[in-house]
Amino acid sequence: MQTVAKLIDTSLCIGCKACEVACQEWNDQEFTLGTFGGTYQTMPQLEHNFWNLIKFNEFETDGQMSWLMMKYQCMHCQDAGCMKACPSPGAIVRLPNGTVDFNHDNCIGCGYCITGCPFDVPRLSPETKKVYKCTLCSDRTAVGLEPACIKTCPTNCLTFGTRTDLLRKAEDRAHELQADGLQHAGVYNPAGVGGTNVIYVLKDASAPESYGLPRDPTIPWTVSLWKGPVKVLGSMVFLGGILGTFFHYIRYGPKKEEEHADED
Amino acid sequence: MTNGWTDVANADVILVMGGNPAENHPVGFRFVMEAKRKRKAKIVCVDPRFTRTAAVSDCYVPIRSGTDIAFLGGIINYSLSKGLYQAEYVRQHTNASFLLHKDFGFDAGHFSGWDEAKKSYDKTTWQYELDGSGFAKVDPTLEHPQSVFQQMRKHYSRYTPEKVAEICGCTAEDFLKAAAIVCSASPEDKSGTILYALGWTQHSFAVQLIHTAAMVQLLMGNIGMPGGGVNAQRGHANIQGATDMGTWNNLPGYLKIPRANMQSLDDYLKANTPKPLRPNSMNYWGNTPKFMTSLLKAYYGEQATKENGFGYQWIPKAGETENYGWGYMYDNMLAGKIEGLISFGMNPVANGPNTKKMLAALSKLKWLIVAENFETETSAFWNAKKLAEKYYPASGDPSQIQTEVFLLPASCFAEKDGAFVNSSRWLQWKDAALDPPGDAKRDQEIIAQLFTRIRTLYQKEGGKGADQLLNMQWNYATPLSPSLTEVAREVNGRDLTTGKQLSGFGELKDDGTTICGNWIYSGSWTEAGNNMARRGQDDPTGLGLYPNYSWSWPANRRILYNRASADANGKPWDETRAPLRWANGRWSGDVPDYKGDAQPDKLGSFIMLPEGVAKFFTADLVEGPFPEHYEPVESPVENALHSNVSANPSAKIFHAEMDKLGTSKDFPYVGITYRLTEHFHYWTKNMQASSELQSNFFVEIPDGLAKEKSIRNGDQVRVSTARGNVEGPALVTKRFRGLKVGGKTVYQVGLPIHWGFVGHIKGPLINNLTASVYDPNSGTPEYKGFLVNLEKI
Repeated sequence: MQTVAKLIDTSLCIGCKACEVACQEWNDQEFTLGTFGGTYQTMPQLEHNFWNLIKFNEFETDGQMSWLMMKYQCMHCQDAGCMKACPSPGAIVRLPNGTVDFNHDNCIGCGYCITGCPFDVPRLSPETKKVYKCTLCSDRTAVGLEPACIKTCPTNCLTFGTRTDLLRKAEDRAHELQADGLQHAGVYNPAGVGGTNVIYVLKDASAPESYGLPRDPTIPWTVSLWKGPVKVLGSMVFLGGILGTFFHYIRYGPKKEEEHADED
Repeated sequence: MTNGWTDVANADVILVMGGNPAENHPVGFRFVMEAKRKRKAKIVCVDPRFTRTAAVSDCYVPIRSGTDIAFLGGIINYSLSKGLYQAEYVRQHTNASFLLHKDFGFDAGHFSGWDEAKKSYDKTTWQYELDGSGFAKVDPTLEHPQSVFQQMRKHYSRYTPEKVAEICGCTAEDFLKAAAIVCSASPEDKSGTILYALGWTQHSFAVQLIHTAAMVQLLMGNIGMPGGGVNAQRGHANIQGATDMGTWNNLPGYLKIPRANMQSLDDYLKANTPKPLRPNSMNYWGNTPKFMTSLLKAYYGEQATKENGFGYQWIPKAGETENYGWGYMYDNMLAGKIEGLISFGMNPVANGPNTKKMLAALSKLKWLIVAENFETETSAFWNAKKLAEKYYPASGDPSQIQTEVFLLPASCFAEKDGAFVNSSRWLQWKDAALDPPGDAKRDQEIIAQLFTRIRTLYQKEGGKGADQLLNMQWNYATPLSPSLTEVAREVNGRDLTTGKQLSGFGELKDDGTTICGNWIYSGSWTEAGNNMARRGQDDPTGLGLYPNYSWSWPANRRILYNRASADANGKPWDETRAPLRWANGRWSGDVPDYKGDAQPDKLGSFIMLPEGVAKFFTADLVEGPFPEHYEPVESPVENALHSNVSANPSAKIFHAEMDKLGTSKDFPYVGITYRLTEHFHYWTKNMQASSELQSNFFVEIPDGLAKEKSIRNGDQVRVSTARGNVEGPALVTKRFRGLKVGGKTVYQVGLPIHWGFVGHIKGPLINNLTASVYDPNSGTPEYKGFLVNLEKI
């Protein structure tokens, strides 16, 4: 099965938040009230029950105002930090189409995936004590539908397709924007996480930070360590423990209940 | 819209001004983005605020609210002085060549004919020089000093880039950048569109502002062209339909409202049926008797006879100058002249200017009926003092209010069938998705029940104006709940001799043998069936006209004035963008805005106008034949063109006790109101999704002003006007800057409108701040550009 992806052409985003509503409605999220953070943003950050947020970034350069709007959600990394960090087998899975999805039956709510994510996406629900994020509408893609956000986007800023096709489309669009005079236009598909299944076309790819995207996201070294050398070490320690117990049994036999004097 | 949403994708230049489509029409905005992506269209956004539209535009110019005529007047001057206009189009399709009355002129803020005592104009000098046959004299060279062209050149020569900058608060450089892009649409093979909304219509000189836009588009040769036009983006799903079906100002199909000086049908037709002003003018409004008679037959059926003027006498008449527009209605209500009000799909306490006045006016009523989905500020008006106290001090002691209020649960749009008319003039039929919940009834059922019961009372008891009701035709199959299918068929009209549905307004007669509820909708439901329900996606012209998708008024024409897309010989100005083609003695393509088989040079190309051509100069409006920059009624500066006549001398200002106006001494900043993407008017504050996306009222403040006042993001502030005040958190932003106007810095304060004291989310009603000041032509309040003060609390 081919890996599917989402292309976000920021040059066409108008910050209308239709994707936010579509996400909330399709995923049956309970509507709460937004938090006023002194901007047009619905809330300052993603929440356990709010997986798709338009970020509004305004700044001025040489008297020229910019107001960048960008859809923010799980990036479905090729090399996913959350998966790496997760200690509970089967809680975070990669679907055959490449989507990184959570299986909440197996989630133990440890929150390691939150540490593991270089994009600050997963959120722990204080009620269920489990972690939530965008599923790339795996229940829609499984039956051949595009994710809800893409279905609803009024400006065709969002496209759904195979990763291979969309990467090519993204490059074409970036060239188009460059030809229109946006010389720094480019594709955001960071190598540090093996590339992402959510691909951005940025009007200024030389400064992804201005959109609120990390310039060079990598999986935190602690996570790599914990799943790399430390895991081997851990496994050795774990195995050592089991072997020790075995040899202890051989040497000393089964543990006997100590006899206690009846104090009554 | 003269064109339509899908057509915006054909534009090379898109001027967005007085509107913010990325935020308020995001779905239609896809066609703007399509033009940008596929045609490399340039978007120019002129707005007091750096909006979500500005964020994706190629050129953004900030201006002071209410200075749009100065900006567009500057573009007219730029175009004429640089020769950047489509000369042949102007010569052929406009009244530029018409000669004006020799005494016409403009001096120090007034046009000729101003009567200071009456505060109004005598329009004698605003007419054309006529020849012996009553036709206007013309000079095709456009060089005659009394020609419209030369008078226009003279009038706008004062609007230099420097003057524009001085008035608008932008820089002359920014203005010139925008003007150059707009005028890049002047070649024959370029098209530019203008998108506007309430940022233009809510001024005390709003209609003149749109007149200015039309002038720019005529100079560019953009009217009638794909990717051209003057395009109003309507703000409610069916507000276009509401306007088409009649307001205080017009009967259905833009037939003029009968007035006190038109007591008989003959009087009415004489006053409202224009005569052609050129020999080749088709003068389609010459058919007014057919439209009006057919309407009267739809109203009064068999009771309407030739002998009784088809029942014309039963239609209520407006005063010669007064009318039943919003301003007059609530002023009269406050004065105790109105007993009751039935309010459907309206929330006057929230919508109307000067909330205090709205509340006081409603409390003078004996009864108030509100048919709504939810409790609204209007149905709860009697309790405003208590409900609103958290947001601002409201007036009115409930124990002193005697108004009896009935809140009737009404169905919402998804619970009834019928047509929505969108901005593109498309009548789109929809089916009901579900039944109204509980006791809620569909609007037509509520109206029918009221009507039949009131009629029964009149039958039994008689009373004033009984004839109007007793003679009205109400022959629906289920009189207590007429089906909208039946009503829509009646609106389309039928031939009483054959009993057949009319195929279009061309079949209307003035002898009482046809009925038609709205002549411009004739053709929407023919013998072929309900054309509004069509969903064909074929596009034979390749221009995105989709002739078989829904039905567009008039006559399923998608681009109005499309005859002007070709030259005198019928050759399209742009071969790649031709909505019409003339071949083999017929026009093909879009439905021609012309006689289908008339030679290209036989008729004037603007068939609705007595001139037969489009008008730069028109005597139809109240305050002048050319648009002139006037300051908003409350303005921080004097008019830089003529300080003695600063505001529109014809603006309609009401003077009830609570209709106070402020000065810049007490209220130094400019307030503007607007909508946000996340909400629809005062309605979606009842919905959870919209409430989550934008839960909180806020006051948008330029960072320069915030620094002066030591206001930080999120601080509570109070905004006040001479009428009242509102309080809320500050949103401090660089997107909103101080502007240099007449040597001083003018700050503007942004006030989104969507909150109120009833609903899922609550906040102050912004109209607590606004004034009872109206455009004299349209009766629309001046919600943009009024004086406010700002304090940190």
